Amino acid sequence: MRVIAWLVEGTWPACVDAVRTHAPADSEVVLLHVSGPDVPGVAHGAFAGLLGRGGPRRDPGTRLEDLGSTSAAELLDAAAERLGRPYVRMERAGRVEREVVAAADDADLLVLARDGDRARLGPHSLGPAVRFAVDHAPCPVLLVWPEAAPGISTLPPPPPPHH
Amino acid sequence: MWAVVRPFGWPEAVLAVPAAGIAVATGAISLDHARAEAERLGPVVGFLAAVLVLAHFCDVEGLFRTCGAWMAEWAKGSPSRLLTAVFALASAITAVLSLDATIVLLTPVVFATASRMGVRPKPHVYACTHLSNTASLLLPVSNLTNLLAFAASGLSFTRFAGLMVLPWLVAIGAEYLVFRKFFARDLAAAAPSPTSGDTPELPVFALATVACTLAGFVLTSAVGIDPAWAAFAGALVMAGRALLRRQATPLTVVRAAAPSFLAFVLALGIVVRAVVDNGLSDALGHVLPGGTGIAALLGIAALAAVLANLINNLPAVLVLLPLTAQAGPGAVLAVLLGVNIGPNLTYAGSLATLLWRRIVHQHEHDVDIKEFTKLGLLAVPSALVPAVVALWVSLQVL
Repeated sequence: MRVIAWLVEGTWPACVDAVRTHAPADSEVVLLHVSGPDVPGVAHGAFAGLLGRGGPRRDPGTRLEDLGSTSAAELLDAAAERLGRPYVRMERAGRVEREVVAAADDADLLVLARDGDRARLGPHSLGPAVRFAVDHAPCPVLLVWPEAAPGISTLPPPPPPHH
Repeated sequence: MWAVVRPFGWPEAVLAVPAAGIAVATGAISLDHARAEAERLGPVVGFLAAVLVLAHFCDVEGLFRTCGAWMAEWAKGSPSRLLTAVFALASAITAVLSLDATIVLLTPVVFATASRMGVRPKPHVYACTHLSNTASLLLPVSNLTNLLAFAASGLSFTRFAGLMVLPWLVAIGAEYLVFRKFFARDLAAAAPSPTSGDTPELPVFALATVACTLAGFVLTSAVGIDPAWAAFAGALVMAGRALLRRQATPLTVVRAAAPSFLAFVLALGIVVRAVVDNGLSDALGHVLPGGTGIAALLGIAALAAVLANLINNLPAVLVLLPLTAQAGPGAVLAVLLGVNIGPNLTYAGSLATLLWRRIVHQHEHDVDIKEFTKLGLLAVPSALVPAVVALWVSLQVL
């Protein structure tokens, strides 16, 4: 069995914990991090907007790309330490939600964390990227809460009966 | 149009300087007008060079590394607190050391700080790019557009800052509210921070020099000397110290002043003057509202914002200044609000730059344009309209 955990800044510990709890001991665990293009892209754009400031040597977007791959590696290191069992690491770059679905192609389970507005429980507790991955994943999905799951008392009152 | 492109990584000056030569040679602009333009822009460009050198050597002294440590300390692991810290520091650095410093020097530090804290870097990096525009309203040195307008407006350094402080605060406040709402999801995600970086030594010398330079701006304008001299003194002190301590060579000092950029600005000024002389001035003169009532100021700012988004704010301000200068400082400052806040609509500052990046395929690292534009459509009107109202209030009171 191949289990892929998609790790995102801010919510990854919950995914690692879910793998520890739910992945069978003999399964192959893949820790996946995807770097999106938009953060360095915005810095490239801001520099391009600075008209006439000379060559690409000073472009902060390039530094952000380097820093980004370092921080992705650090996140995977921290996750590996928390996992405490053999794993395969996978770093990808591109449109995040599409890379996740592509990476899950030969997986038997995809583990991911809610990335939406968890203050109001409902459809918006999934952000666009997780929503896309849940909809298009080619395998079963284990969707976890970044913090403790809400209790049953948070259920809204039932809708009024129709007449 | 081709003056705003950057093919094959060449500095734009490679295109703009010959273009200015052609404009003079073909008689599109008379030699007298070209000389007058160069004489007008020369001191402005020199002022900017001094500020660029000052910012560069503040970085060498470790000012920006310290900023990263301050932000992390203040944030205490919370993404929302980090955003507040980024807003405060990016606004201050843009205002004092110009928008170049925020984009080139502060943005990587902010990204590294966010990564070290284990929070999503997106809202914080986006904040740097937005604030490099919005927070560049306060001082003449904050943005080259301001320096150009400052020279044309006849205002003193302190009066400029006095009139702009309220619009500056209002625009930053509006941006902050938009960011908190727009990035609420990213700001809610926080993991325990993996490592805490060590605190670097406080760059006392750089901070003192910047403070003295600011005091110099006030002092020079009080006694009627060109405040550029204060910037030169600050740059000289920082560069001199780096030279003495062998942290720099004369070549790095010259490089920090970005000579090709300075040549570009001079050439762009001549080319734009040629276009303005040959009909653009009449055409725009019909659309531009007259007077300095609140409706006129809103109209001027809106037109400036649109023009900045079409052709980039540097040519936009060069085009609009001669048309608004005679209407008084209110109109000139309204142009600045438009050309400084407006570029947040397009992620590369203008459609011309965006188009060119498409043409030369520099978009392999492209951003989600839909998302950035959505943010811009929320942030630009929310910041621009109250800022213009604030400017109008300042003009009534001061």
